[in-house]
Amino acid sequence: MTRRIAFPVAILIVALILASCEATPTPSPGVSGAASGSPAEATPVPTPAPPPPGGRLALVSGRGELICGINGGLPGFSFLDQATGENTGFDADFCRAVAAAVLGDPEAVEFRATTADQRSTALQSGEIDVLIRNTTWTVTRDTSWGLFAPTTFYDGQGMMVREADDITSLEDLEGATICVQSGTTTELNLADQMRALGVGFTPSVFDNIEQTYATYDEGNCDAVTSDRSQLVSQRTTMSDPSEHVILEVVMSKEPLGPVVPLGDDAWFNIVKWVVFATIEAEEQGITSDNVEEMRDTSENPVVRRLLGTEGELGIGLGLQNDWVVDVILAVGNYGEIYDRNLGPGTDFDLERGPNSLWTEGGLLYAPPYR
Amino acid sequence: MTPTGSASHERHAPVPPWRDVRVLRVAGQVIVVLAVVLFLGFLATNLTSAMSARGLSFGFDFLDQTAGFEIGESPVPYDATDTYGEAYVVGLLNTLFVSVVGIVLATILGVLVGIARLSPNWLLSRVAAAYVELIRNTPLLVQLFFLFAILLSLPRVADTIALPGSVYLNQRGLFVPGPQPQATLALWLGLIGFGVVLAITASVVAGRRAAAGRPTHRLAWLGLLALLALAVIGWIVLAPMRFDLPVRGRFNFQGGLALSSGFTALLAGLVIYTAAFIAEVVRGGIQAVRRGQLEAARALGLSEGQTLRLVIFPQALRIIVPPLTSQYLNLVKNSSLAIAVGYPDLFKVGTTMANQTGQPVPVIVLVMGTYLTLSLITSLLMNLYNRRIQVLER
Repeated sequence: MTRRIAFPVAILIVALILASCEATPTPSPGVSGAASGSPAEATPVPTPAPPPPGGRLALVSGRGELICGINGGLPGFSFLDQATGENTGFDADFCRAVAAAVLGDPEAVEFRATTADQRSTALQSGEIDVLIRNTTWTVTRDTSWGLFAPTTFYDGQGMMVREADDITSLEDLEGATICVQSGTTTELNLADQMRALGVGFTPSVFDNIEQTYATYDEGNCDAVTSDRSQLVSQRTTMSDPSEHVILEVVMSKEPLGPVVPLGDDAWFNIVKWVVFATIEAEEQGITSDNVEEMRDTSENPVVRRLLGTEGELGIGLGLQNDWVVDVILAVGNYGEIYDRNLGPGTDFDLERGPNSLWTEGGLLYAPPYR
Repeated sequence: MTPTGSASHERHAPVPPWRDVRVLRVAGQVIVVLAVVLFLGFLATNLTSAMSARGLSFGFDFLDQTAGFEIGESPVPYDATDTYGEAYVVGLLNTLFVSVVGIVLATILGVLVGIARLSPNWLLSRVAAAYVELIRNTPLLVQLFFLFAILLSLPRVADTIALPGSVYLNQRGLFVPGPQPQATLALWLGLIGFGVVLAITASVVAGRRAAAGRPTHRLAWLGLLALLALAVIGWIVLAPMRFDLPVRGRFNFQGGLALSSGFTALLAGLVIYTAAFIAEVVRGGIQAVRRGQLEAARALGLSEGQTLRLVIFPQALRIIVPPLTSQYLNLVKNSSLAIAVGYPDLFKVGTTMANQTGQPVPVIVLVMGTYLTLSLITSLLMNLYNRRIQVLER
């Protein structure tokens, strides 16, 4: 019997070898030098990846859907509303804006909730098209995770404590237990700030957002630290929001914005200009109510170029010429997006602060669309 | 008598190589090895080309960079200015600590439950069965969250339960006095050793005198008394151990030993979960011992306890040890769920490193390599033990 099965098995194995020889990929020409033989050297400068054939724009258009990485558990920014099954929030609306620009349909989005730990690999592997997940822009992330589109929300790191504990500054937290999420700049900034002040503390680190705040709420931590916007948002989920107060300290700069995978300039430009378009629209007074009217009747050359009535600027990006109209109709200008999700009518009532237009003393400044 | 088909008379025509079984066997193995090597080579090339296409590099230089993050519990001194490598070692020590303690406790509990399941006492065996069935069939992560929630519901720090002996219990953990060995500890231990030798000598001499029929003058008891006296006087005079009492600070207890709620939840979860599986392994081992052994032991007049301890269990052990090794490995690997309860183990440090450095692949390789090493060491030790207890029945 050995003779009878050995021969066909040998044939099968030879066939497998031949098949695997065919499948061995030749490294793409631009990076053949980097691929061979230097695994143990010092970290080389990352070479931009060759984008998927035709670029990510073609990939998304072909797929007909934008895959957008979000938080999913942060009310006001990206939150899965249990009642309606919709993802609502500031970040979620920017996902819809990109979808409206590229596909013409703001609802053609697949929202993927990721934890702080998972978001980097999701981006690096190209699994998601864009990450809009309250992600802080840092140099390490710019070089290793992906390219950062303009900041949509200028934030800072803060500390939330219980009012009854009578804490007014970071020094009062000597010996305290502080809840924080893993894989965030928050974790690093906390260590830095407390070390600079010479304050000893014990971190309590969790990998998901719900567990972090639930543990703080239960009393296991004396304080919880994160971006101030996140603290405001999560305070509404506490069992007794009035018990908690956010300290006036700002521990770091946290510019939050969308991130796209490395190596695709055309896609990066598109996401970048979607953000700028919403800011420019607010500066020009274009809202979702009057955008169509302004497209048809405005005589202002800036507005005409922005809305595609004049010039071929949209085509240059690879989109429809009047893509800005689609975006504004879908989600509104920056001010509308902000007010709808974080403004006076919501539970958060966050002041615009640095998130106002440059003409009003804030940091939002869009380059000229021409 | 004509020999039929006798090979010594006829010369067979030489068998062609493609039908010769010996050649085919060797060729088959060579081809399989080649195929596996080529396949692994394909995977490696694919990985390196895909990684460099995305601008990721493979190297372990990040281990020398500053970590920048704090670790909540650490058996060795650590702070944010140490390197990633040192942070990783802290995580490894935490994992080792919870794994070793978990293995010991899980074995004890598992053996007890396994034996209880075979008890003639109806209530005991049913309770043990219910425990095993419930715990085995629910996911470990869910059990961890459950235990953590229970521990969180203990009183807050402000309402700490104070137990006698300077022990404090609250939702953040159990705080006990921490032993701090002083310089004189070695001396005291030496004294104890001397006392033990004295006591053993005394009892041996007493035994000999008793066997010879001479009066022992209670030598054995005197020996024991001498040991006790040495221990007590040595303790008072030398003061070999100081205790660091936990003191209530503004937020937490400072000093002393702390068993945090995260560690306790993880340990309890792992022990309860793995003990359920170990109980089944033990039960299987005991039931596999031939019934004749049990009957012979009973016929000799051994009690139930003696039968179990002296006859059944040593034989059952030969069957129990290999699956027990698997359960220990499971426990070590399941300890990576520590992040769910906030305990900083090696997996947590690894994922933080992967995120902060932006190099997930080398970190994953490192983490996998570490777990592999831990598992191989555990199974090596268990296999050595297994070989010792394998009594050859030939």
